[in-house]
Amino acid sequence: MAADTPVEYIQHHLQNLTYGKLPAGYERVDPYTNDVTVMQEAGWTFARTSAEATDMGFMAFHVDTLGWSIFMGILFLTIFRLVARKATSGVPGGMQNVVEMTVEFVQTIVRDGFHGRNPVIAPLALTMFVWIFLMNSLKLIPVDFIPQIAHALGLGYFKIVPTTDPNGTFGISIGVFILIIFYSIKVKGLGGFGKELSFTPFNHWALIPFNLVLEIIGLLTKPLSLALRLFGNMYAGEVVFILIAILPFWVQWTLNVPWAIFHILVITLQAFIFTTLAVVYLSQAHEDH
Amino acid sequence: MNINLTLIGQAIAFAIFVWFCVKFVWPPITAAMEARQKKIADGLSAADRASLDLELAQEKASKELQKAKQEAAVLIDQANKRAAQIVEASKDDARKEGDKLIEQARAEIQQERVQARDALRKEVAVLAIAGAEKILETSVDAKAHSEMLDKLAAEL
Repeated sequence: MAADTPVEYIQHHLQNLTYGKLPAGYERVDPYTNDVTVMQEAGWTFARTSAEATDMGFMAFHVDTLGWSIFMGILFLTIFRLVARKATSGVPGGMQNVVEMTVEFVQTIVRDGFHGRNPVIAPLALTMFVWIFLMNSLKLIPVDFIPQIAHALGLGYFKIVPTTDPNGTFGISIGVFILIIFYSIKVKGLGGFGKELSFTPFNHWALIPFNLVLEIIGLLTKPLSLALRLFGNMYAGEVVFILIAILPFWVQWTLNVPWAIFHILVITLQAFIFTTLAVVYLSQAHEDH
Repeated sequence: MNINLTLIGQAIAFAIFVWFCVKFVWPPITAAMEARQKKIADGLSAADRASLDLELAQEKASKELQKAKQEAAVLIDQANKRAAQIVEASKDDARKEGDKLIEQARAEIQQERVQARDALRKEVAVLAIAGAEKILETSVDAKAHSEMLDKLAAEL
């Protein structure tokens, strides 16, 4: 494991397990022996160094991000589906209580933030909230725990928190962005949406280009801010956890424990903020002026 | 930190999760919650209704009781009146009966007196004839003097 110095250790912890395509003629450097091998033809493989992962470009997957996020999503849906199937209108049991509390919490968010009529928004918000919460909460697992297991299984890199990967957060925010565009066009019509972009904030034909630039930037800012806020918070927290992990083991708990307790708040808060803002953005998409 | 296909994979996963949640998770949970809400609301309103019913029933019961008491008082009054009437009537009857008995007794006495007088008259007639016979020493032809004797008897 290439983690001899603190810097290497940190860099190693911030590298995803990448499976991607390397072009033909690519020179691969073995991280342990420094032997150079040349790819005979283009092919899909796991990146052995950060440089390889970068060189794979867009044609690559972060296996850890996808794996853990899908795992968390399935965990969420399994638990909620099991409760939903046995949901009773009588006295609810323990798990149903938890689920109903979450559902009511999300219903409150949607009631406060969303002013249109759309049956999809509330379950969408529930999915976002619980899924992001579960992905964030993976952060409370000590930073070396699962990567060490993965290393023992022969995987050089392993980053378990999908929301510390910009791909993870942008994936969700792009989904929200597509819905914003979709509902804007559906509610206002293509012309109405175009008009909204062209004539706000300055209602004058001469200022249409200016308005367009302003509004389109505003529109693009929505998914960007959603994704970057979540990613930034989670990434920064992760870096601090990694820094604490560099300290001697007998002193780690003095910093680790308070930071983890603080992160119980951050995890919930970030999931809440992401959900609330997405709901508000979707509400704006439904508003017809 | 590289942007790559993970992005699209994540977006697809998100879409599938949302679809599943919209289709299979959200409806049954909210349906159960709404059903429970309705149950609780119904229960509360039923309780309200029941306490109102109880109040009404108590009011009705006390009214009934009042009415029953009044009726009982009327009945007792009537019974008392009736009893007084009956007593009065029987007193009347008894008096009438007594009067009748006295009348009857009087009539009987009268009758017996008449009979006794008749008998006595006849006896007297016989005695008178016998006395007269003794006096005259001759028998009196009863048939010849019967008219005279009857006159005599009538005078007695």
